[in-house]
Amino acid sequence: MSPNQLSRRGFLGGLAAAGGFVLALPRAAGAPLRALTADSPDELWQAHLFLALASDGAVTIVAHRSEMGTGIRTTLPMVLADEMEADWARVTVAQALGDDRYGSQNTDGSRSIRESFTPMRRIGATARWMLEAAAAERWGVPRGECKAAQHQVLHAASGRSLGFGELAAAAAKIAPPAAEQVTLKKRSEWRLIGKEGAPIADLQGIVTGAALFGADVRLPGMLTAVIARPPVVGGMVKNYADAAALAVPGVTRVIRMPDGRTPPGFRPLGGVAVLARDTWSALQGRRQLTVEWTDGPNGDYDSAAYREQLLDSVRKPGRVVRQRGDAGAAHAAAKAAGSRLLEAEFHLPHLAHASMEPPCAVARVGSEGCEVWAPTQNPQAARDEVAAALDLPQEKVKINVTLLGGGFGRKSKPDFVVEAALLAREAGAPVRVQWTREDDLRHDYYHAVAAMRFQAALGADGMPAAWLQSSAFPPIGSTFDAAARAGSNGEIGLGFSDLPFDLPQLRVENGEAPSKVRIGWLRSVCNVFHAFGVQTFADECAHAAGRDPLEYQLALLGAPRVWDPEAEGFRFGNYGESLARHPWDVGRLRATLERAAQESGWGRKLPAGRGLGLAAHRSFCGYVAAVAEVEAGANGAMIVHRVDVAADCGQIVNPDRVRAQMEGAVLFGISLTRFGAITAKAGRIEQSNFHDYPIARMSDCPRDVRVHLIDSEAEPTGVGETGLPPVAPALGNAWFAATGKRVRELPFGG
Amino acid sequence: MITLRVNGTAHELDDVPPQMPLLWILRDRLGLTGTKYGCGTGLCGACTVLLDGKEAARSCLLTAESVGARAVTTIEGLAPDGGHALQRAWAAHAVPQCGYCQAGQIVQAAAFLQATPKPTPDDVDAWMSGNLCRCGTYPRIRAAILEAAADLAAGSPR
Repeated sequence: MSPNQLSRRGFLGGLAAAGGFVLALPRAAGAPLRALTADSPDELWQAHLFLALASDGAVTIVAHRSEMGTGIRTTLPMVLADEMEADWARVTVAQALGDDRYGSQNTDGSRSIRESFTPMRRIGATARWMLEAAAAERWGVPRGECKAAQHQVLHAASGRSLGFGELAAAAAKIAPPAAEQVTLKKRSEWRLIGKEGAPIADLQGIVTGAALFGADVRLPGMLTAVIARPPVVGGMVKNYADAAALAVPGVTRVIRMPDGRTPPGFRPLGGVAVLARDTWSALQGRRQLTVEWTDGPNGDYDSAAYREQLLDSVRKPGRVVRQRGDAGAAHAAAKAAGSRLLEAEFHLPHLAHASMEPPCAVARVGSEGCEVWAPTQNPQAARDEVAAALDLPQEKVKINVTLLGGGFGRKSKPDFVVEAALLAREAGAPVRVQWTREDDLRHDYYHAVAAMRFQAALGADGMPAAWLQSSAFPPIGSTFDAAARAGSNGEIGLGFSDLPFDLPQLRVENGEAPSKVRIGWLRSVCNVFHAFGVQTFADECAHAAGRDPLEYQLALLGAPRVWDPEAEGFRFGNYGESLARHPWDVGRLRATLERAAQESGWGRKLPAGRGLGLAAHRSFCGYVAAVAEVEAGANGAMIVHRVDVAADCGQIVNPDRVRAQMEGAVLFGISLTRFGAITAKAGRIEQSNFHDYPIARMSDCPRDVRVHLIDSEAEPTGVGETGLPPVAPALGNAWFAATGKRVRELPFGG
Repeated sequence: MITLRVNGTAHELDDVPPQMPLLWILRDRLGLTGTKYGCGTGLCGACTVLLDGKEAARSCLLTAESVGARAVTTIEGLAPDGGHALQRAWAAHAVPQCGYCQAGQIVQAAAFLQATPKPTPDDVDAWMSGNLCRCGTYPRIRAAILEAAADLAAGSPR
């Protein structure tokens, strides 16, 4: 195996031996940072390594999260560099292996900045302190008189300066300060955090074709495998004939995969693999393979029938997740009193991630263990699953994280990595597993299909005197527990149970839904359908009350306030954060609505046939509102002319990448609003490629996408997923404004 | 034995299956992995290359035989130093997110600007709608192409 470059035997060890400065956070919880030397004890070299400074001044910062397009490989190192006062031009980013010493590396749930902003700042500030201390020692002056600035330490009184590289060896010998001795820079002192202009770390490689994605890894003697997988989840190979496949030139082996499991978890689905010297030959071989399958109990999955089953589930009383007042009684009383009643049912289909790079991975297995190169969002889970599948100790599995050609949640499930590892062991050669687009769309961990039902009784003022809502969707838990049918509190808390409306009578229910395919996280997860239902129904109430949707939404939200969802007696996950650190602040959501409305010219006169719609939603602890301007085109197609997005993501670290995520969310939202639908018949997914699972194209992209970032000093929130939830309801509400037709089912307007 | 001219170099290749698409020859035989697989059916544009320096083609649908003696340019060969006007504009607009589709986008745009040196936004939409980007970088692709076109029109080197 190639040495881990971030180890004593690798690059960092060599650097330390040559008088460099390596700063590490030991594994023990609460342990202080340590400077490492070549002869530091082994347990310190097993530390959480984040920073190295060579004697020539070159700085290496470890990115421990996966890059799938958010810019995290740029943004996290930027935070450390800023606090260290390192010159960004002299920083190189090194990618971490999957290793517990980095803490969680799961790049999922819009967590990277939320979890790592302050720790990365502390490491950078500690390095700065040590460099200043080293200079102070050299000059014989108090440390307080020495100040690091842009890769050197200055002594103002004497005008002396020393470069970071010149100080590296001495800094390595300084005892790291206790946490309380280190002062983080003031906001006004930041050079990179919150500023424009830091180039994307991988940009030049991307525009020249040199960047290494998972699909690009090539090893000597490597075979490429494509796999015929059971068309139904839980299905198995009954029998197969491989003679014709083996007769294809270039095909070297046909290997039957271990059968898939129920529940599927992160293990491969099974099937038959064709291995060849190149991808094309493997694909030709697979075409010649004859496989007879058993389908198992999911062979009856039929999306049309399932739709009715889901709608039935939300029409029946479900599990009451949250209750304020006695909303059922209040609704009945309002009905008896002749109040205006509204009722609406929603249905949204399964979605596939369809990242541009389909799943792929390279593995080799030898006496030292298994080494993998993969575009994985979750290298630790990949390591755990490979170790379990190969019956190896975890330390014998090494996961190299490449760039990801998109992830959106798909590549947090390492089934495809395990496939490569199993085949590499069986073949006795390095194996690259390549999923085709057809494989990707037919064997995904799909975003859950969902139904929702809303009921409201409007009082004399037009506001809901009672608001009842129910959702049903096959839960992600079913991927790990075949009996799971109810949404978890975590899932229902993705924008449904935490309904922020200031109404006296509320009830939130969840209905049961069995899973027939693998269900997984997809960008924003349940927020996608919950926001669509809530924000569409709120718009319906506004129109029924004869009120302006903006004014009505603000009235629903009520006065700016921080509220505690748990005070109403239900468990609210809050995206893994405490409410003290990331409160639910209605004022911030109101402010995004007001900003989006103001920037978009809400209420302005539009050309005939066009309409404006708005929606706002809190997710991943951030707040985003969108205003869309749409028009009905030929054949009922929705033309999206303009989208304004206002986002409050707390303290923004890398504004351009935040804007990029919001722009991307607009396009992802247009895709799922107008085009996205995965359906099954006889247990088999009916879509196979971009002709029947279209995503938005340039011609579908609004001419005008404007992102308005709200300046904030609050804790940084999630960004990657936060922009998506309001897009679809804003488009649907704009469609209603343009045409008078209400959208309650997606996709629509494709 | 077939001969392929790629990025100015003639490659003599043995034992290439006759129907093997150029995409897999580039990626698996020549190690030119900048050209990406995205769909295999010409629907996404990730595999776009130039023929004879000017015509955009989907390499997943092109056999070596159909390429014949025509010169193939991939993203790696677009400009020796990565300094094509489009590559510069891509950097200026920080276009990429994940980056996987971007080589195909840039190569498609290179063909487009040769055919349409003074494009309108409508022209961009018409020419670029065969190149998918799941991250949604279209607003910036559009802006970068228009800027590169203006840059070239003003006499900048390609």
